[in-house]
Amino acid sequence: MKWFTLDFEKPILELEEALRALRKQSEEQKIDLSSQITQIEQKLEALRKDIFEHLTPWQRVQLARHPRRPYMLDYLQRIATDFIELHGDRRYADDRAIVGGLATIGPHRVMVVGHQKGRDTKENLMRNFGSAHPEGYRKALRLMQLAEKFRLPIVTFIDTPGAYPGVGAEERHIAESIAVNLREMMVLRTPIIAIVIGEGGSGGALGIGVADRLLILENAYYSVISPEGCAAILWKDRANAAQAAAALKLTAKDLLDLNIVDEVIPEPLGGAHKDYDVTAANLKKALLKHLDRLLDLDEAELLEQRYKKYRKIGEFARSTPRKRRMAARPEAAPAPTES
Amino acid sequence: MEVFEKTGQPKIIETKQKKHELPPGLWVKCKQCGEMLFAKELANNLKVCTHCDYHFGMSAPERIAMLADEGTFEETDADLVSVDKLGFTGVASYTDRLKAYQRQTGLNDAVVTGFCKLNGHPVSLAVMDFSFLGASMGSVVGEKITRAIEAATEREIPVVIVSTSGGARMYEGILSLMQMAKTSGALARHAQERLLFISILTHPTTAGVMASFASLGDIILAEPKALIGFAGPRVIKETTQQELPEGFQTSEFLLDHGLIDAIVHRKQLKPTVGKLLDYLGNRRFTTRKNN
Repeated sequence: MKWFTLDFEKPILELEEALRALRKQSEEQKIDLSSQITQIEQKLEALRKDIFEHLTPWQRVQLARHPRRPYMLDYLQRIATDFIELHGDRRYADDRAIVGGLATIGPHRVMVVGHQKGRDTKENLMRNFGSAHPEGYRKALRLMQLAEKFRLPIVTFIDTPGAYPGVGAEERHIAESIAVNLREMMVLRTPIIAIVIGEGGSGGALGIGVADRLLILENAYYSVISPEGCAAILWKDRANAAQAAAALKLTAKDLLDLNIVDEVIPEPLGGAHKDYDVTAANLKKALLKHLDRLLDLDEAELLEQRYKKYRKIGEFARSTPRKRRMAARPEAAPAPTES
Repeated sequence: MEVFEKTGQPKIIETKQKKHELPPGLWVKCKQCGEMLFAKELANNLKVCTHCDYHFGMSAPERIAMLADEGTFEETDADLVSVDKLGFTGVASYTDRLKAYQRQTGLNDAVVTGFCKLNGHPVSLAVMDFSFLGASMGSVVGEKITRAIEAATEREIPVVIVSTSGGARMYEGILSLMQMAKTSGALARHAQERLLFISILTHPTTAGVMASFASLGDIILAEPKALIGFAGPRVIKETTQQELPEGFQTSEFLLDHGLIDAIVHRKQLKPTVGKLLDYLGNRRFTTRKNN
């Protein structure tokens, strides 16, 4: 996976390569190339800034999907101790696309639940590329209700392209498994913090995403539909994904402007995959700050605030009511199906 | 003995004569059996094919007329309209599309809500209309449904929602996704008060609506042969490279898999909902006295 680079990362990599070669030459041949080296270093720094401070929404989506991006378990390794994984939905199977268990983060004992992608083909088959089946959502709910029973706060990590579109998923009612989580998470009597660490893929993300605080990493995205799916429907061509990504307002900053997320967690220059430790430390800091505040609230207040947080989302206006034709009318041509 | 002489290939003679055209809207072709149906007769039959029982789509006003006791429906929030919060820049602007659908359907958005009596029971009723932008759920749909549920909680009455939808409304991005949480949350509070929610699924009900309130009924009924599911069949086929089972994602398939309570023919819908309201429509524990 070391070789994997995104198109817009390439100029940086080429300069890094040149810099390495120059340093090697300077060392081996004992020549002083420090002025050239400094020059390239400065150029590299400027280039990095130029590229990563002007990322397009589509480039951020690509970063969010970067195969070297840290996943849930990478963060747990760095921010939590004494993790005990708990498996299965007690009904059908253990869905490896969602991981859950008990963990200690800072001074707090919590329940963690999150999507987990695989690093290679073998692992991805096991994790189903982070796309959960109904069992995953039901396991998540079982663990969250366990947390409620024992008054443990809940931390969820969102990183999925979407819930799995498959025959088995439909047969075991994926829609219901998500819907029930939305309803039950709204009334769980314990603090919930959700963090979008990579891909926030529609209903599959929201299925573990109803929370008192919603945090998002700088280059993660959260969207009602994938840019490709949106492009396929509206532009009739998946190749227009970049335009769709911009139109959907799915970046961390967009979501902050729309009052959907509470805080954007910074990533190191170049993206989270450039430095796992720094990203994890930033994440832990933000997480603990919000958790401390939530733990100060009494239960009724916590639940009222959570309800209101979602209740107020939506933008609409009022107009004069139109004349309504109550009588039968010829059936309109079927509208294009939205996501 | 040959009566007719063979004269080679018959020629197609073009005629200048205009084809006899049926007045539009008078006859409707059944999508299932192909039979030509007299539109008035179809409307009188609750838009169910008189030959094969195919259930045609119904507008929200038509459904309300069918379900509500006559003269009892009071519409609420009819004046809520969608706005283009995202400034959606696609092939067509969201605002233009909204205007076109408003003209075409006579509705402000994809759901009509209000209070009515149903077989004498007061209920909060919400009915979605597929002809408005695929009955996709944006802020207005989410808000009106949430208000309908909250009003029911307040008045301590049941909610009946007739769903049809292509899912969340892309043009409103994340705001439409969050309507799933908002509506489901309102149902959580309604349920905590031990109040009844009857969800009626009609063709088609999918994606974001199916993955929120539509799946949360205490009772879930479906019309025959409706397409009901989370992901679209084409997406599933493309993702899994698998042949889909026969009747996949139909009401009948869902019933077989234990996912819905019953399939109800449209003509039986009101009496069935009425009976369910008799049983579950109020929270008093009732016993039926035998004479």
